[in-house]
Amino acid sequence: MSVNQEWTPNIVAFCCNWCSYAGADLAGSGRMNYPANVKIIRIPCSCRLNPLFVLRAFQRGADGVILCGCHPGDCHYSTGNYYARRRMTMLFSMLDYLGIERGRTRVEWVSAAEGAKFAATMNDFVKTITDLGENKKLEDLRCKK
Amino acid sequence: MKKLSLNALNRFFGEIAEKQTLIAPIERAGQVDFGVWSESETVRLDVLKTVKSAKGAFFPQVEDMVRFHMQGKNIEINPSEVMNEDFVIFGVRACDARSFDLLDRVFLSDPVDPFYAARRAHGTVVTLACNEPEETCFCSNFGIDAAEPAGDVSAWIVGEELYLRANTEKGETLIKDLEDAAEDAAEETKKAIRAVTEQLPFASLNLEGFDGEHLMEKFNDPAWAELSRACLGCGTCTFVCPTCQCYDVRDFDSGNGIQRYRCWDSCMFSDFTLMAHGTNRPTQVERFRQRFMHKLVYFPSNNDGLYSCVGCGRCLSKCPQGLNIVKVIKALGGDK
Amino acid sequence: MQEMIKERVLTLINEGAADRVLAWETGEFFYDRTPKFFDKNNVNDLKYDSFCGANVTKYLIAEMPKEGKTIVLVKPCDSYSLNQLCTEHRVNREKVYALGVGCRGKIDVEKLRTMGIKGITAITEEGDTLTVSTLYGEKKVARKDALLDKCLCCKGKEHKGVDEVIGDSEETSVGDKFEMVAKLEAMTPDERFEFWRGELSKCIRCNACRNVCPACSCIKCVFDNPKSGVDNKAAADDFEENMFHIIRAYHVAGRCTDCGECSRVCPQGIPLHLLNRKMIKDINELYGDYQAGAEIGQRHPLTDYTLSDDEPSVVHERGGANA
Repeated sequence: MSVNQEWTPNIVAFCCNWCSYAGADLAGSGRMNYPANVKIIRIPCSCRLNPLFVLRAFQRGADGVILCGCHPGDCHYSTGNYYARRRMTMLFSMLDYLGIERGRTRVEWVSAAEGAKFAATMNDFVKTITDLGENKKLEDLRCKK
Repeated sequence: MKKLSLNALNRFFGEIAEKQTLIAPIERAGQVDFGVWSESETVRLDVLKTVKSAKGAFFPQVEDMVRFHMQGKNIEINPSEVMNEDFVIFGVRACDARSFDLLDRVFLSDPVDPFYAARRAHGTVVTLACNEPEETCFCSNFGIDAAEPAGDVSAWIVGEELYLRANTEKGETLIKDLEDAAEDAAEETKKAIRAVTEQLPFASLNLEGFDGEHLMEKFNDPAWAELSRACLGCGTCTFVCPTCQCYDVRDFDSGNGIQRYRCWDSCMFSDFTLMAHGTNRPTQVERFRQRFMHKLVYFPSNNDGLYSCVGCGRCLSKCPQGLNIVKVIKALGGDK
Repeated sequence: MQEMIKERVLTLINEGAADRVLAWETGEFFYDRTPKFFDKNNVNDLKYDSFCGANVTKYLIAEMPKEGKTIVLVKPCDSYSLNQLCTEHRVNREKVYALGVGCRGKIDVEKLRTMGIKGITAITEEGDTLTVSTLYGEKKVARKDALLDKCLCCKGKEHKGVDEVIGDSEETSVGDKFEMVAKLEAMTPDERFEFWRGELSKCIRCNACRNVCPACSCIKCVFDNPKSGVDNKAAADDFEENMFHIIRAYHVAGRCTDCGECSRVCPQGIPLHLLNRKMIKDINELYGDYQAGAEIGQRHPLTDYTLSDDEPSVVHERGGANA
């Protein structure tokens, strides 16, 4: 990663298999634009997201991490996203408490039919992270050598 | 003998720091530890024991060794450089100064450890006599005189003055520009220190039987089970200890290569010297025994009877559950 | 009180109600206490006084496979940990006889040392004053200034769910336990970051906080497991220092009873309880007041939900000006 190149943010988007990943697919097949620096990782359910995954994403060079799942009430496993909601609230609060920028983490509910919402969410998130700049507070320098 | 007013100490530090890195006991977030000095730091020479010992100056907790960088099918190998700049470590106590001799026996014997050897060669040690020994101190048991610390330069605080005596050429160079003082200027202070040391609760422990000849007897002593029962298996004692020298070599996968580094290890940990077949110290009893057997039996039997404990007393004040080497000596030593 | 406890323990063992007792013994100094199991032959060495700050309940886990019943001495705050361990099925309540012991706050010798008191040889207590004898003379200290930090946020004098109580307790709190958390919340993110870097960079990764924590009862910790990808023996980088403490606080969120052992044992004096307490404060504010370990069998807030929970973006909205 050379410093001379113009910096573009690395975004990791964890998407649940049943809604948001399909939503991303729909955005793709509908030829809706969203930045290529969003890297999607498919997970079975939003509640599969171990908080450690979020930290590891930052460690390996992510500048922003977003979790997308089914809308509350629509979880393929009935209640997974309700648990995810509490967990992520607590994790984000913890990161905030340590002084990490609040905007770097986000949760957004995107259904399989919401391709446009997926694209719009990613565009907005990339813009937020671009404005925040590089992740300096939660970086692992060894991964940037 | 040279002298320096304590008021002028910061200026002296500034002069040293112009030419080389200066490490001193510094207060940060409420704790005093050895750290790199700068004018904005608070030096605490009144604190007898830094939380961690001074060994980190020569054997840091984490040290990079080599980096493998991958690009496509090419692997670039970049060994880390050894220390190549001079530095001074100021305010080392007699016990920690002795620990360097013990570490030398480990790291400077064949095969010589290049990282440690380079740091030793570039470091100048300035020691400081212990004006007010603590109740946890027991260095006298190991032939250490808190009033006469070793090192390249030895120093004593007498009233508002600091007296310094060079013991080596390196030390001579460091303090040559200071004002001359009478050779016996610190004698009264030394006497006072020795008077306190004699009265310390553990001034004379009975170390009889801690030698190679009694190895199996000590190893099989049934007392270990009860002694270790409250042990949490944390690494506090190991990491604050000036003589613990075990380390682990680990690889960190950075995504674009491997950073190989070594870091302090602790025989108190369940994954210490873990092998494919498992571990040969399955419970805390064996791990606990290993630590003290190493310090009191294995090390002296390989090193002319020299114990691998310097009596700094850090484990006595830091163990969360009040376990320590003195307890072991009393339970298994000559006074058993 | 110590004599009353010994007498009662001996009676219980002789009556066959229990086989052993988990309490404290005195160490090499008058002030250091080591958790220890006693039977009727050595129960006379049992020690209970102002230095028994350690929470011994976690040692019960290892006792569970053994035959018979264990008496455990618990201070009011320790009783919460015991209940939590029972809730999580790490301790079988039927194999434990919980003997509550009175507490008026425990003394922290490390705090006396920080005050610059050296060579401590004896401490005598008279009401609210401690007389500290040292190799270098005598010093008087107010008792409340020498208490463990956890005692300054005392959970009250009531033992929860114990079988019996011996001796009286005193509430030793000074002020609101969330005061420091609120102070940190009111800082700017950069100030908070600086505060935590200053504290967490002292961490030597000795794992004392983890190993002493009654909530950290995993048989294989994620930080010891080579398959987790985050196992390590030292924080080789700032990131790893942060990660260890975020994950540790997070793993015990909702289960932490705020017993304060993590901060008591930290050799580097890191205020680790402030991380846990932040989680507790958030849970109270977002999901309703909750005290882990108040009773056996509670469902903890992170394994629960309501349909109307706040969205995670609530974190962005709270905190007002410093958002």
